[in-house]
Amino acid sequence: MGSNINVTLGNWSEWFMLLAAMTYLVVFVAFVWDMASHSKTLGLTERSRRGNTAEGAKELVGATAAHSGSTTAGSSSGGATRGGAGTGESVADEFRTSADGAKGVNEFEALDYKHNSRRPAARVAVTLMVIAFLLHAFAVVSRGVAADRVPWANMYEFCTTGALVVAGVYLVTLFFKDLRFVGPMVSGLVLIMLCLATIAFPTPVSPLQPALQSYWLIIHVSIAVAASGIFTITFAMAVLQLLQSRREKKLATGEDSRLGFLRAVPTSVTLENFSFRLNSVGFVFWTFTLAAGAIWADQAWGRFWGWDTKEVWTFVVWTVYAAYMHARVTRGWNGNRSAWLSIAGYLCVVFNFTVVNTLFPGLHSYSGL
Amino acid sequence: MTETRTPRPKKAQRSDVEVPALGPLGMARWAWRQLTKMSTALVLLLLLAIAAVPGSLFPQRVQDPDAVTSYIEANPTMGPWLDRLQLFDVFSSYWFSAIYLLLFISLVGCVLPRAVQHFKAWRSKPPRTPRRISRLPQYRKVMLGGRDGAAAPSPDDAVEQAAAALKKRGYRVQMQDLGSAAPSVAAERGMLKEVGNILFHVALLGVLVSVAIGALFGYKGQKIIVEGESFVNTLVDYDSFNPGTNFDPDWLNPFSVRLNNFQATFNRDTSDPRHYGQPTDFNADLTVTDEPGATPQDVNLAVNKPLNVNGTKVYLVGNGYAPVIRVTDGEGNVAYEGPVVTVPSDSVYTSSLTLKVPDARPDQLGFVGLLLPTAVSEPGEIPRSADPALNNPALILSSFYGDLGLDSGQPQNVYVLNTENLTELNSMTSANGPILLDGQHREVQLPNGKGSVEFLDVKRYVGLDVHSDPGRIPAFISFVLAFVGLIMSLFIARRRAWVRATTTEDANGVRCTVLEYGLLARGEDHRLGAEAEKLTALWTSLWEDRGVREFHLNSSDKA
Repeated sequence: MGSNINVTLGNWSEWFMLLAAMTYLVVFVAFVWDMASHSKTLGLTERSRRGNTAEGAKELVGATAAHSGSTTAGSSSGGATRGGAGTGESVADEFRTSADGAKGVNEFEALDYKHNSRRPAARVAVTLMVIAFLLHAFAVVSRGVAADRVPWANMYEFCTTGALVVAGVYLVTLFFKDLRFVGPMVSGLVLIMLCLATIAFPTPVSPLQPALQSYWLIIHVSIAVAASGIFTITFAMAVLQLLQSRREKKLATGEDSRLGFLRAVPTSVTLENFSFRLNSVGFVFWTFTLAAGAIWADQAWGRFWGWDTKEVWTFVVWTVYAAYMHARVTRGWNGNRSAWLSIAGYLCVVFNFTVVNTLFPGLHSYSGL
Repeated sequence: MTETRTPRPKKAQRSDVEVPALGPLGMARWAWRQLTKMSTALVLLLLLAIAAVPGSLFPQRVQDPDAVTSYIEANPTMGPWLDRLQLFDVFSSYWFSAIYLLLFISLVGCVLPRAVQHFKAWRSKPPRTPRRISRLPQYRKVMLGGRDGAAAPSPDDAVEQAAAALKKRGYRVQMQDLGSAAPSVAAERGMLKEVGNILFHVALLGVLVSVAIGALFGYKGQKIIVEGESFVNTLVDYDSFNPGTNFDPDWLNPFSVRLNNFQATFNRDTSDPRHYGQPTDFNADLTVTDEPGATPQDVNLAVNKPLNVNGTKVYLVGNGYAPVIRVTDGEGNVAYEGPVVTVPSDSVYTSSLTLKVPDARPDQLGFVGLLLPTAVSEPGEIPRSADPALNNPALILSSFYGDLGLDSGQPQNVYVLNTENLTELNSMTSANGPILLDGQHREVQLPNGKGSVEFLDVKRYVGLDVHSDPGRIPAFISFVLAFVGLIMSLFIARRRAWVRATTTEDANGVRCTVLEYGLLARGEDHRLGAEAEKLTALWTSLWEDRGVREFHLNSSDKA
């Protein structure tokens, strides 16, 4: 393989990476701003509603507890907001129309966008994040072009490409679900990954070593990056889930929670269910990473599994997430415990990437340091 | 994955009562039940993860036996203890094996009953329609008929058509109570979800068995070949050989390999000093004869491209320089002539050399030293290598004479010269300095008339790993099955649907048919509501011409 390295483009890539990092910083600030202001708004409506209940309506407290954040003030008017069907025809009383009937069309309704809420700071954050993502994508792609290969062959590239995937996965899910409440954590983690790449693992553009010259580099590493991206987001959700469930417990006993920003975050159950969905995709990806790595190892080193440090940790991560998958259907292990498993799994992913790559000797230690 | 979410208080009570009567059989049954519990499997999984960690903290014999030896030497107090706890053989240790064997037993104990249960469920019909469909997590109601005075389908017709439509959607259906006032259809889909789940777990077992087959009947061997030399796949020809526990050397297939040429390419991009001189490509030209008498074939061996000779794989794992040296002894006879394999120790291929010449007379000779591919020397300093390529190859040697200790019959490391019974002739530290051989100085006389050394040429050698693992293909197939099973079990939804039709009159006194339907998911199913909506759309398209009215239900209707 000839080394067709374009140094100028490589420098451009680094500049764009810095630019992207700075934009992510602004995104982070905007998201935090949004969380603060949005949870404040929610807090105010909550208080005014509580005032209303004190005055007259009785059934609302129960409803709030049951449907949690998804219940908007609209349903308290007992109205048929969506049930226009019955008006034309007079139907037997049994078939009365009501808004409640359509409930549960989607379990994750709580994560749908609400049309009545205005969150200017969140809009700014998402718009800037798209811009940051584009800058970031340019930086990553131009680095690949500059090095004449895929841009994930050393720690710097794994970090930057991984951060790009995290941002990408997040922005794509934002299309379908209102996950802006994880925005501060996701943009923060992306920022940390970019800082880590530029400060701790700076590596100039270089060609590949013989051991990495294989199309398995494209398959194995790209899926590994994608899986790590998904795990990053579920990690953020698991942390929020733990905080939220603590807050829920406090509120249930009538105490006040100091973590007011969690008003803008869905219930712990919704978080748990949604992160399980993401994690199952992540788990499938990780299983594939492990197997693709084994196939590559079989070609490059002559054995598909040899308990190299990296292999050990990939196995550990897989086992922890396998435990997580089982925990969800085991009594006594769902809820907070499964969130802890998800966090433990992510910490193993991080450890596998940072400490194992840099400090442990092993066959994967050509990662550019 | 036993779904233990539904509490079973009755059973717990009964076992409480039985506690005093637990005999040995009861104990065994109790132990078995504990082991095959889901939470036990979960804890075992976590234990397995934790137990694997020391395998990355301590050097492992499967990885690098030399590293283990030097670790024990460096830690004389802790080392032997760690060894006793099998921390250098974590993945074949008793405790690690115990965990995964228990896990797999638990898995079998969990999966087998489930497989039997699922088989029965598959053979039996979908369960009877519950009396109150409205209790199901998803419940809908539509009224058929009444549009422009069109007659509603009779309840039987409605159920039959609904059953046909459900069947088309992948449900298996069972019609019930046809001809009665409230006929219904029970439907179920996603039976493959559980099949996937079972397949995944059984296939994991397959992976384990395949690995075991590989460990029993496979082998690994290492061989170094210098350019121009050959290797035949027989036991005697290996430098080192690790057979599987039940391997019979007669199973070796006698192919032969000849190394014609080896080329290493290095990064020559001067603008990038950090990566300058790093290898970018290794390439070996081989001639392979599959079996004695077969036509030799020229093949190319690279790092990621192993050679496959009838299932035995040959890998390029190492390379280096082998200087060709001629040693003439004190009596004027050629005591050694040939390539000497050196061991590269850094990125510029500074390679250490050890040469033992037992045939030299009157005294045996021994040499240790370095090969520098691109020797650079500054005045007053020891020459060093500046580049991995052969630009100015040089040898720096110390020489010894005396008894090499080879005649005692004890096996010796060819890369270590035991100088105990040897007398030094010259070295780095001696007054006469080391032997220096390069392009200008091809021959050097040894002191005291002990002979001479000639530096003739430098050849390249490759290190080959030869592997045969009969478990490789089964492991791969098992994995593919496990992966398919995993995807099936995670992304197929298992649902039951029930549809019941009854006759009623609408407000205008027209006879209509009410279709009630409900859905129940097995396990997590976030799309159950969407499926209910789809069914509504299905009925609408079926009976649109007769009129379909959808009812939005109050939560109070969910009796």
